[in-house]
This record gives sequence, structure tokens and C-alpha cells, in this order.
Amino acid sequence: MSEALTLGLGLALLAATAWCPPRATRVLGCLLFGLVLGVVLRFSFGPAGGALGGVVAAALAYRLLPLLVLRRVLFLVPALVLLIFATTLLMYKAPGNPFANERSTSPQVEAALRAQYGVPKNANQFFGIYMRRLLVEGTLGPSIKVQGRTVEELIAPAFPVSLSLGVLSLTLSVILGLTLGVLAGLKRNSAADYASMALALIGISLPSFVIGAGLMIVFSLWLGWLPVAGWGSYRHLLMPAVALSLPSAAVIARLSRSGIIEVMQQDFVRTARAKGLPESWVIGRHALRGAIVPVVSYLGPAAAAIMTGSFVVEVLFAIPGMGQWFVKGAINRDYSVVLGTAIVYFGLVILFNLLVDLAYAWLDPRVREDRA
Amino acid sequence: MTADNASSSPFRLGLRRLARNRVAVLGALLIVAMSVSCLLLPLALGLDPDHTAPALRNLPPSARFWFGTDTLGRDLFARVLVGGRTSLLVGLASTAVSVLVGVSYGSIAGFYGGKVDEAMMRLVDFLYGLPYMFLVILIMLMFSETARGEMLPVFLALGLVQWLTMARIVRGQVLTLRRQEFVLAAELLGASDLRILLRHVLPNVVGVIVVYATLMVPSVIILESFLSFLGLGVALSWGQLVSDGVAVVNPIRSYWWLLVWPSAFLGVTLLSLNFVGDGLRDALDPKART
Repeated sequence: MSEALTLGLGLALLAATAWCPPRATRVLGCLLFGLVLGVVLRFSFGPAGGALGGVVAAALAYRLLPLLVLRRVLFLVPALVLLIFATTLLMYKAPGNPFANERSTSPQVEAALRAQYGVPKNANQFFGIYMRRLLVEGTLGPSIKVQGRTVEELIAPAFPVSLSLGVLSLTLSVILGLTLGVLAGLKRNSAADYASMALALIGISLPSFVIGAGLMIVFSLWLGWLPVAGWGSYRHLLMPAVALSLPSAAVIARLSRSGIIEVMQQDFVRTARAKGLPESWVIGRHALRGAIVPVVSYLGPAAAAIMTGSFVVEVLFAIPGMGQWFVKGAINRDYSVVLGTAIVYFGLVILFNLLVDLAYAWLDPRVREDRA
Repeated sequence: MTADNASSSPFRLGLRRLARNRVAVLGALLIVAMSVSCLLLPLALGLDPDHTAPALRNLPPSARFWFGTDTLGRDLFARVLVGGRTSLLVGLASTAVSVLVGVSYGSIAGFYGGKVDEAMMRLVDFLYGLPYMFLVILIMLMFSETARGEMLPVFLALGLVQWLTMARIVRGQVLTLRRQEFVLAAELLGASDLRILLRHVLPNVVGVIVVYATLMVPSVIILESFLSFLGLGVALSWGQLVSDGVAVVNPIRSYWWLLVWPSAFLGVTLLSLNFVGDGLRDALDPKART
């Protein structure tokens, strides 16, 4: 009951940020920005480095970031905290707990274990302990199932793996989707148009693990060009990245195709042509910008889709990334591992969305004018 | 299209346009055929998807077993058909849940506008950017022991993460309809907010809702297959069968039929649903019409 109340209160607080006046938004947004960066930097540079980094980040944010972005920060940081709380609640609501195993544990032993790992029976208390650890002590806590390791030690090697896979997939999907989409839009009913439609059909109608399995059969088992699974060299990265990127590439191809078709009919393109500019200049300088805007606004959801897919693709290709830890942690009820991976994923997504906002402001002058 | 019968409603005009779209019609026929055969064929032919036969393991497709048998000697044809029931049911039911949530949320935000709208839509924007698989997995865990083999948790988990697009689209439509004269007139006559919304605004949004609900079904089916692949599914479905097929991919012996048949059924269904959805959008959504 009290949990639901806290959740409701948090949601109300979150909604209230919409009413925050510009001046307060600026100050609060910068403070939160500095706080988050400080907490993150602390993991690599210790408490002093974290504090210094946080202060510098807050000051820089105050000078440089447009109000639009700060408004997002003011919303996103409390939302992140609320998300951690919601994740905690969901975990506690799931049947079973980290200390229940095949051999029945005596209540005394369980109580001792709970105290040792800081996992009380009450979700609210656990959330308190967890946030204190994160903010005051600068740690993600000990893993309950992997003896003697903290969550950051588990995530540290997995993080670059997932990140490189994700970044490569996203880049690949943008390049592939944008190229095919723009070519298709410029030359309708051409070979490029049909190629992009075929890609879109495959990407939309097959889940990424089916695409991945197909690639595996063709390139590893038949042709023997690429290793079946595992991790180590760039050759391990290729098939998972392609399997992950196709669904998003399909959407991007569609968006940029309709985007460029629309832009090419607009007045400023006709003006550019009337000025006698060469067609390549008209497209490259004037039309492309308009076609990219819908793609940029899809990048946030695309990143989320790639992360969702990465859970599955990591399992399929036996890649030692964070998705594996999350799934394993969720099934084993390893609360701190679940929360740790969730925070890293959510944090990445939020950071990425902020970057997208900045790119948007740069691409679309109307948004940029919103500086206070 | 202006030459069409002037007395027809926009909805009927749209359906007529749809009937001229050959790909969409083909897709619709395929979906109907797929649903009917998944529902009726196992009953009509007396097929049992769970009957194991140790002597008949890993048989390639033959006259007796059209799609071959799996590692436990079960008839793959029966399993693909029965699995299709689950996948289609999950697709429909989860979409229903998300339409319910998304339409109510979006119409409230669009109807009241202003700060209410801003606050509500911020939440949607935020959730839109999240890897929703997290929430799905956590929600599925909540039901993991209490409801073994029951479908309701899947409907809820998938439906509750899919409503965002619907909310956005409905909100946009309601926002513009809200300012139209016929809504003002109804308001002037003293109609309540609920009545205006249900009687005057929402009927004008039905076309768009139908379009995006159709496009949502395939994405829900894909999500369900992800869950099955991760071992969190609850029943025999196409996703389950495909992941069984993936599990036996190995360099020594090929059991291609275990992967190909379920993937083909899944792919054809998703493709057809997308065709119908795109066709409906071209026919019914005035904004997407060029």
C-alpha cells in the first residue's frame, strides 16, 4: 500500500516538472546534471574526481546547454529514480527471493544473509539502502548470487561489449537505412527502391534472432567465413550487428524515403533548382537535411529497439554482454544485478536521447531559438 | 477518388480503396487462411502437438509428417498450427489491451490539452525511449509461478508496453478535433465531457485506431517470440518453435525443417499483417494520404 502511494507521489512530482518556470528549470536542471555526472565519474575517478567533475559539469551546463535540454534533464533524472523504484517494486512483487534455494534456509540464516547483503523484506527499505549506496558510497552493491563480487565488477567487462555491439548496430542501421531510403525516394520504382522495400520487408517480418540464425547457417556453417558465436575479434561482431540492425534499418529506410519524397516537392527545393544549382548540391545541401529530421527523431526509439533486440542476440551468439547479466539476474532474483544493469541501460538511453535532442536543435532552427 | 459515390461515408470509401489494393487484399486473405487453419485443422485432422514418439525422432518432412518431426518425435505440422493459435491470440489480445489503454490515455491528454497534455505526453515520450523489454521481463516474472501456462500475464505485459504509439496518435487527432465547430456546438448545448468524447470525438478517430492496431499486432507477436526465446514464454507458440529450431542449429547435422517451417509461418503472418496495415493506412488515414 505504502509502495503504491510512493509511486503515485513520484509520478505526481514528475508531472509537476512541466509547470516549473524557466529560471528554476535552468538552475535545477544544471544541479541535477552535475549530480548525475558526479555519481557516474566517481566510479572511474574516486570521490574527489567525481565531485570535481560534477561541479564542472553543472557550471558548463549552465553556460552552454539550451533550455530545451535542461528541461529534459529536469524531467529525466527524477524519472530515472522513479524507474529504479518501479523496478525494485516489480522485483519484490515477483514470487521467490534471492535467498530461497533448493535447500530450505532457516529463518535465522536468511535474516543474517538479508542483513549482510542489505536486502530487507520491505521494498521501500531496500530502495533506501540502494540509493544510499549509489549516492553516498558510490557502489552498485554486492551481487547476491555471484559470491564475493560487486555488481560494478560484473558489469565492467560486459559494458564495453554491449556498448560496441549497440553502437555498431545503430550506426549500421542508420547508414544502411538512410542510403537505401534516400536512393529509393529519389528514384522511385528503381532497383534501389525495390532493394529498400525488400530490406524493409525482411526487417519488419522476421524477429532478429531468426535473421541471426539464418546468417549463422549461411556464413558460419555453409561458407565457414565467420565464427559461429562467441566474442573476441571484430569477426565475432559482424553477424550479431547485422541481425540487430536490420529491424531498425527497415524503419529508417521507410522514414527517410517518405521524408525525401516530401521535401523534394517543397518550395525551397524548387527555388534552389531555379537558382541553377546542380542537382547534387540541391539534394546534398537542401533536401537531405529535411529528410534526416524524421530519422533523427526516430533514433531514440531505435536505440531502445536495439537494446531490446540485444538481449536476444546476445543469448543467440553467446556474447558476454550486459543483456545476459540482466536476464540471468532476473531469473535468479539477483536484485542488485538487475538494478545495476537496468540503471546502466536506462542511463545510456537517457544520455542518448539528450544527444538526439541536441542534434535536433542543431538541425532544426526553430527549436534552437528556445534559449532563455 | 472524388468520382466515388458521394453518399458513401469516409470509412466506406476507405474500404473501397482498400479493396483495390491487391497486396493488402492478398495479405488479408492470407491472414484469414492462416487463422482458420490454425484454429480448425488440428481438430479436423485429429492432430496432437504433444504426442511424443521416441522411434520417430528428427524425421525430415515426408508424406506422413508433412513438416517432419522434432527431437522428441512430435509432429511439427501439428505443433506449428497449434503454436499459431497462441501467437495470433497473443497478438490480438495484447493489442486489445494496448488499444484500450492508449486510446483512453491519448484522448484524455488531447481533450484537456495545455499543461495536462504536456505532463501526460512527457511521460509517454520518456517511456517511448526505454528498452521496454525490461518491463516485460519483470512483469512476466511477477506472474512466473502463480500462472504457469496461463495467457493473461502475457497479454497484460505486452499490452502495457505497446500502448504508447496509440496514445500519441489518438492524442494528436483528438487535439485537432477538439477545436472543431461540431464539438463546440455540443459543448454549448451542455453535453458532458465524457459524452462529447465518446459520441462526437472518438467516432472520428476510429479509422486511425484501426490502422495502428493492425500495425501493432505484428510487433506484439515479435515481442512474444523474444520472450519465448529467452525461456520466459508461457505456451507453445511460433516463437517457441523457432527458438527450438535455433537451438538445434549445429555444424554436424542439419534439422532445417525445425527452423524453416515455424519461421516461414511467422514471417508470412507478420508480412501479411504489415501489408494489411499499410493498405489500411493508405485508405483510411487522411494525413498519410498523398
